[in-house]
Amino acid sequence: MRYLCLVYGEETKLEGFSDEECIAYDVGLRQSGHCVASEALQPVATATTVRLRNGQVSVTDGPFAETKEQLAGFYLIEARDLNEAIQLAGRIPPVRIGSVEVRPIRELEGRRRDPGAHRTGRA
Amino acid sequence: MIGHTIAKTIERIYRDESRRVLATLIRLLGDFDLAEEALHEAFVAAMAQWPADGVPDNPRAWLVSAGRFKAIDVIRRRARFDDTLVEIAYELETAADDQTLVDDQHVEDDHLRLIFTCCHPALAPDAQVALTLREVCGLTTEEIARAFVTSPPTLAQRIVRAKTKIRDAAIPYEIPAPAALPERLDSVLRVIYLVFNEGYSPSSGDAVTRPDLSGEAIRLGRLLVTLLPEPEAIGLLALMLLHESRRAARSTQDGDIVLLDDQDRSTWDRKLIEEGAALVETALASRRVGPYALQAAISAVHADTGDASATDWGQIVGLYDVLMRVAPSPVVELNRAVAVAMRDGPAEGLLLIDALLARGDLGDYHLAHAARADLCRRLKKFEEARAAYERALALVQVEPERRFLEWRLAKLPN
Repeated sequence: MRYLCLVYGEETKLEGFSDEECIAYDVGLRQSGHCVASEALQPVATATTVRLRNGQVSVTDGPFAETKEQLAGFYLIEARDLNEAIQLAGRIPPVRIGSVEVRPIRELEGRRRDPGAHRTGRA
Repeated sequence: MIGHTIAKTIERIYRDESRRVLATLIRLLGDFDLAEEALHEAFVAAMAQWPADGVPDNPRAWLVSAGRFKAIDVIRRRARFDDTLVEIAYELETAADDQTLVDDQHVEDDHLRLIFTCCHPALAPDAQVALTLREVCGLTTEEIARAFVTSPPTLAQRIVRAKTKIRDAAIPYEIPAPAALPERLDSVLRVIYLVFNEGYSPSSGDAVTRPDLSGEAIRLGRLLVTLLPEPEAIGLLALMLLHESRRAARSTQDGDIVLLDDQDRSTWDRKLIEEGAALVETALASRRVGPYALQAAISAVHADTGDASATDWGQIVGLYDVLMRVAPSPVVELNRAVAVAMRDGPAEGLLLIDALLARGDLGDYHLAHAARADLCRRLKKFEEARAAYERALALVQVEPERRFLEWRLAKLPN
């Protein structure tokens, strides 16, 4: 079962985390086989938001919305169930000062299915 | 026609065992709705077969087995439209019909699994309550809706959303690992206490107490203590029993509030008090004294004497001191201030409450202003008392409390 862990935090507070600490966690996660993908993001000031309304493309500077905590990075993980995903998310370093949203991946009809997908929720 | 005694037996078994059968079926079938259907079908089968075959030696095992086979039929039918179910049906069929899977230990585990899953913190708090009352207590959607003054469709939606989340986010049906247990147990206790409080003093509306919810909460508390005798589970049960012991004294025939000081203590249920006090001792004897045990201990001190004026306020303040270390909160601070006022005089208590309010805490809490008003009244600061009662009245939510405050306000000398 795959989950996307979205790491949010106030950027000024996130500056306090060393790259070494984040890399160390990432390496551990990859070695454990739980990590499908992971990246850190450039600060929210480098973001650009694109919309299409009434046939017009609109491009604006900044994130899709001003929020108190900003998206700083993500981990796409493989976990047995939500409890394991929570355990893994709870060790992401910024969780101490920010928030990690854990969202299950939705397998779309027609895409190649993960063989374990239909057995969600079973003990 | 089904014989009268068989019908009675099946009714009794439904009352006593259906929740445990459900808990096991959820584990075997991996789905709440399927398990509920299977449970229903199992009892239908029992009513059809037991009159002829007799009541089985192990009714629970029989029901689990019958439920499982009915579910396989359902899955096989659905598998015609959904290949992914073919494998599940196959696995269910070939799983050994192992009698040990329904022995006492496994059943206890399944029951705990059910409780912990319904109270999973990933579910919205009101969903945890609704799901627990529905699946663990067996209340109908209508009963739950009535108890919480919501509409049945709203409540049904809440439960559907919770089950959907359990499925889509893959919340596992398991007893939490030891490392996660304290936090997860916290969640369960919070749900039980919430249910109890809804029954004891509902958050809105007319009645001062709603007996059925409190009874359910106590039943749940007892079940939890049997399955998991942790100190805080014991503490919560003690607290609920001690609160419950005062039910008869807590309000008048017209539903008006009777304060602790004025209650007819001869109507307090001494059996509940004895049981609660004994549980307090057990909880406090453990090394891990938590907030429920401490609140229960405070309640036990009140229950210890038949005469309000003989209350050991020193001991109560001492317990609040510990509670402030273990689980500090503005409400605990307020309650401590009220106890200090009883021990040291209203002026001392007023200082503490004023400090609390000055900090910006509890400004919107009607009981903070009511407490302040009472202390001002005792100090003969009648203008301040009036202002505080009026502030409390602007914030109060429940009818009996409103009437009480209005009565106090009216009794102030001009």
